[in-house]
Amino acid sequence: MAILELHGITKRFPGVTALQEISFGIEEGEVHALVGENGAGKSTLVKILAGAVRPDAGTVLYLGHPVAFREPQDAIQQGISTIHQELHLAPHLSAAENIFLGRYPLTRRVTIDWPQLYRDAEAVLGRLGVTLDVRQRVRDLSIAQRQVIEIAKALVHESRVLILDEPSAVLGRHDLRLLFGVLAALKAHGTTIVYISHRLEEVFEIADRVTVLRDGRRVGTRPVQELTVVGLVQMMTGRSLEELWPVRQHQVGEVALEIRGLSRGQVFRDVSLQVRSGEIVGLAGKVGSGRTEVVRAIFGADAVDAGEILVFGRAAAIRSPWAAVRYGIGLVPEDRKIQGLLQNRPLVENISLTNLGRFIGAGFLRLGQEARAVLALVRALNIRAAGLGQLVKYLSGGNQQKAVLAKWLNSDCRILIFDEPTRGIDVGAKVEIYGLIERLAAEGRAILMISSEITEILGMADRIIVMRAGMIAGTLTRREATENRSAFDALLDG
Amino acid sequence: MKENVLASETQTGAPAFGRGRSWAQVMERYGILVVFMLLVAASALLSPVFLRPANILNVLRQISITGVIALGMTFVILTAGIDLSVGSVVALVTVLAASFQRLGLVPVLLLGLAVGSAMGLINGVGIAMGRISPLIMTLAMMYMGRGLAFMYSGGLPIYGIRPAFIQFGNGFTVGIPNSVLYFVVLLILSIAVLRFTAFGRFVLAVGSNEEAARLAGVRVSRVKVQVYVLSGLFSGFAGLVYAGQLGIGVALAGLGYELSAIAAVVIGGTSLFGGQGSVFGTFLGAAIVGVTNNLLNLMGIDPLVQDFMKGLIILAAVLINRRRT
Repeated sequence: MAILELHGITKRFPGVTALQEISFGIEEGEVHALVGENGAGKSTLVKILAGAVRPDAGTVLYLGHPVAFREPQDAIQQGISTIHQELHLAPHLSAAENIFLGRYPLTRRVTIDWPQLYRDAEAVLGRLGVTLDVRQRVRDLSIAQRQVIEIAKALVHESRVLILDEPSAVLGRHDLRLLFGVLAALKAHGTTIVYISHRLEEVFEIADRVTVLRDGRRVGTRPVQELTVVGLVQMMTGRSLEELWPVRQHQVGEVALEIRGLSRGQVFRDVSLQVRSGEIVGLAGKVGSGRTEVVRAIFGADAVDAGEILVFGRAAAIRSPWAAVRYGIGLVPEDRKIQGLLQNRPLVENISLTNLGRFIGAGFLRLGQEARAVLALVRALNIRAAGLGQLVKYLSGGNQQKAVLAKWLNSDCRILIFDEPTRGIDVGAKVEIYGLIERLAAEGRAILMISSEITEILGMADRIIVMRAGMIAGTLTRREATENRSAFDALLDG
Repeated sequence: MKENVLASETQTGAPAFGRGRSWAQVMERYGILVVFMLLVAASALLSPVFLRPANILNVLRQISITGVIALGMTFVILTAGIDLSVGSVVALVTVLAASFQRLGLVPVLLLGLAVGSAMGLINGVGIAMGRISPLIMTLAMMYMGRGLAFMYSGGLPIYGIRPAFIQFGNGFTVGIPNSVLYFVVLLILSIAVLRFTAFGRFVLAVGSNEEAARLAGVRVSRVKVQVYVLSGLFSGFAGLVYAGQLGIGVALAGLGYELSAIAAVVIGGTSLFGGQGSVFGTFLGAAIVGVTNNLLNLMGIDPLVQDFMKGLIILAAVLINRRRT
């Protein structure tokens, strides 16, 4: 029996229709995944189910009865709890206090019965298969543990439906195990779970059925057994896989970048690797494996204790990003908002910043020359902006990422390092970024690319270097990794 | 590759600008200029004397010393820094300039500029390399600089400034006060440096996002040192001009100038968080304060209300410059 049924749910915001006649049912006790690109309408749908937003048309049936939540508290009281990405916990209170916030057991109705509180909290966590010190303050817990506390709160509220809005976006792979264990325990207790994610591999691991949204419409609802990753991507994007990965045209040449025995404290040790001109090398590894730290060190952003960097066979003394840029290296960093762009400066200034020297004559910037050169890059990369003077903060995620890329084309760097090049951008923009990376390789640039998305690494890289616990665990060709996924996973997990 | 939406932009030559701008957007961008022009128009109506060249030059002369300091301060604030030591630079430079008159005009000028730059250099090195917060570093320099001026002068005025030096600071060239000429030249120079040099871009980049600037290959520490040296240099120059106007060197000179300069920068719309603002805005900021004081004088209003008005202007300017997001 469907515990939640949506009938013709429609929601319009000024200028956009976020949801258009969405109808489907969520069965009691199932794990129902909700997937779609950014802007597909997932979050609006979640907000409607959580009581934070009211639909313009359509009805939601809960346990067979139409509901009209006026505020999130209504939904929670009726048994629908939502775990948002930003958690709503009191960091200075203990885990136990958070779980029973406002419902503490009392001794003779006066003081809090602390021993009872801790016993109850441990019991609730026990039902989720988790043991942790419930006396610990929440701020001392890991992100995954805090999510568990939120879920435990939902359990205390006797929720029948638990909605998780992209819980994995903030978790590493190990933490994901903890979360999945908890969800499995909840499911065993008969709780219905609605799981929102854009990581498709997770969907196959945890969900019973999947509903795909695209541009505010429901594309379909299927049991996962009937689907493949490729099929799901096609449902989400409306594109075939040939359209997703670029045609490979690049020719591998001489060694452009070589690292020998790079070490930094406990962060990474004895890392050696080579990237050739025209080659795309993937750097895989879990969060915390040292991937990001290694590329930051190559770029001179962090100091190293030992090791050598060679650029086109010559020892390079790179102690600052400024020096790295002079050696023809560019870094597209992990967090484009904080590290990649000057959010409140115009597009043109962001792009030209890496190499202002080329626009200087007699000590002064030639603004016309700068505008022409930057415009050429903006066109070549198909950056959609209202103009060169537009502030970067008003660009979409995909266009911002292309702007970061344009910076390094402006400096004409020969070696480009990407750290999570497609994080947080929608599939359409991803496809464009993949095409650009392929073109850069085809032009003879050496590419080193970090990615957490296995499909992305397998789709793009010629060779895959796997890092684990600060060391290089092994190197695979793309063919080896594709044909023997278990060997690849073994390298990642150890 | 798809047809690019920017194509239409380039044909008109200007990047997205001018079309369909609301009044609010115009005010956001040009608010202070509008306020300044309204103020000038009101002054012209209220006082027949206001628009006379002699009066306008008088207003300019009154804002020129703190105006020059505010130009240097603009660069500092654009990097999200602050320089509280500028008034003390003025004090120390007037004392030293008065004391070393025997060296001749040019050597004394060079000495003043060198002292100002050196104080800025110490500020910059402490902030960029020593990682001391700009507020603390320049606060310390503020006390040390004025302390040195007191120690050197023994707390007494130093007399003996020679006519050539007085001519430099207080004289006229083709009927225009020298200090106004210096201010205008440095103003134009500062506008050009911020808008048309790589250094100007680096200043804006560092103030907008230090980490992103560093990862784009900008030498952040170097830029920071440079802006404090620039601020010290401008303040040293202001001190020299001021000594010429006063005719003495005195350790109390330039008291509170750091706040007047910061006020001009802030009224001019430069963000204290860095990365946004303009040199011309700072000029308008200084001019608004100058014109208001002048108007109060011309209307015969007690000069004791001037500070109160300045406070009101700062408050009003912050509200006008508040960015709507």
